[in-house]
Amino acid sequence: MTDNKVIEVKGLHKSFGDNHVLKGIDAVITKGEKVVILGPSGSGKSTFLRCLNCMEDPTGGSVIFNGVDIADPKVDINVHRQKMGMVFQHFNLFANKTVIENIMMAPIYVGKKKLKKEKNYNKASKKALKESVYAKAMELLKKIGLEEKADAYPSQLSGGQKQRVAIVRALCMEPEVMLFDEPTSALDPEMVGEVLEVMKNLAAQGMTMVVVTHEMGFAREVASRVVFMDEGVIEEDGTPEEIFDNPKSERLKSFLSKVII
Amino acid sequence: MGNFSFRFETFWDILVNKGGYRDVITGLQNTMTIAVVGLLVGIVIGTLIATARVLPKYKRIVRMLDSVCKFYVGLFRGTPMVVQLLVFYYVLLPLMGLRFPSVVVAMIVFGLNSGAYISEIMRAGILSVDPGQLEGARSVGFSYSAAMIKVVIPQAIKNILPTLGNEFIALVKETSVVSFVGAMDLYLAFQRIGAGTYEFMIPYLAMAVIYIVVICLITIGIKIMERSLRKGDR
Repeated sequence: MTDNKVIEVKGLHKSFGDNHVLKGIDAVITKGEKVVILGPSGSGKSTFLRCLNCMEDPTGGSVIFNGVDIADPKVDINVHRQKMGMVFQHFNLFANKTVIENIMMAPIYVGKKKLKKEKNYNKASKKALKESVYAKAMELLKKIGLEEKADAYPSQLSGGQKQRVAIVRALCMEPEVMLFDEPTSALDPEMVGEVLEVMKNLAAQGMTMVVVTHEMGFAREVASRVVFMDEGVIEEDGTPEEIFDNPKSERLKSFLSKVII
Repeated sequence: MGNFSFRFETFWDILVNKGGYRDVITGLQNTMTIAVVGLLVGIVIGTLIATARVLPKYKRIVRMLDSVCKFYVGLFRGTPMVVQLLVFYYVLLPLMGLRFPSVVVAMIVFGLNSGAYISEIMRAGILSVDPGQLEGARSVGFSYSAAMIKVVIPQAIKNILPTLGNEFIALVKETSVVSFVGAMDLYLAFQRIGAGTYEFMIPYLAMAVIYIVVICLITIGIKIMERSLRKGDR
């Protein structure tokens, strides 16, 4: 069991000035799990997700990823983030780069660093790196049916296309876990489906996923575990059936009564 | 205006037959190199200062760096370029026991001076880029500096290109003060031509025309650059 831990969170606290957002969170995310985080707005669910790859530096506690406490400021966070894909509400594709450049940039950056470390940095190795990354990027693009958009700029894509490209950008780094921060909240309703479809396929391939979302249908169908957060703590944690059909706490009951499933 | 053609002939004679054009060419060369090198040095210094000033300020060292940058900007924006040039050439360099050609000194001073202005332009540019761009880059494992260099600053430069063009044009025109430290520039070249006959009307008119032509060319160049950088936001 211990070998399967991808992320272990211990006593996580986060404050923004006087605003105490996360008040001591303990959680374990094991390999292959699909964890959906629910909660009312302001409950700290996005902050929690952003603490998992230290996009927000935790104020206290630890986040252990592959046995390393990445909340420790001495750790080179960039190395670990390469293995934690993140998808944002507003896509955050690089506006000055084409779709294919968006996807290839980080793998090439990391690959070049590796070549330099191995003292094997030359024209031939650079070319080979670029070709292999390009092949991988195109293959991923093909899977989401956007290979003909490879040379388009993000401004020429629809919201749903942007988000699918953003997912591919994260996947091209071959992450061990994918973090989704409200990936469909900024989309027009008719585009939500195509993004959820990509996420479902990803889940079926066994990717470890942590998803903050308001898509209850997705939570029910895909999640292996649902975490309900309220006021900076984990209020309830269980299988989708336990959470949706058998809510225990009053707060979860009132939350579920307000959302449309 | 009766003797206009006579005046023009004298001017032409000095310019062409007596070698005045050599000064003009050297002057134009100096003007352009000082402005271009000044702009490039200014962009480097300005980008470094701007990046230092947009860093999140929880660490003491960042706040100290911020104060140093503010002091630098205040110093160079608070004194005229001529004064900086004179202080550098006649005070600082002799005190340090150094001697540089006046054109080199002018390049350094123009770079330091425009760095102060460009830092504020660049800071506005960086702040105009959606913070999500930095987050997106950090999330795939780019370091802060790599994310800034590859993603944020190119977009910032695109946004501030018209203002940078302004700065470049201002630099070109401001080179007319480098003759204070004895460097040949357009002003000094035409001043010398005029001094030969005590007749300044045509030389100064010609100088104005050259400045206008140069700046029109620069304006066209900036337009072309802007268009090629805008291809990402159709």
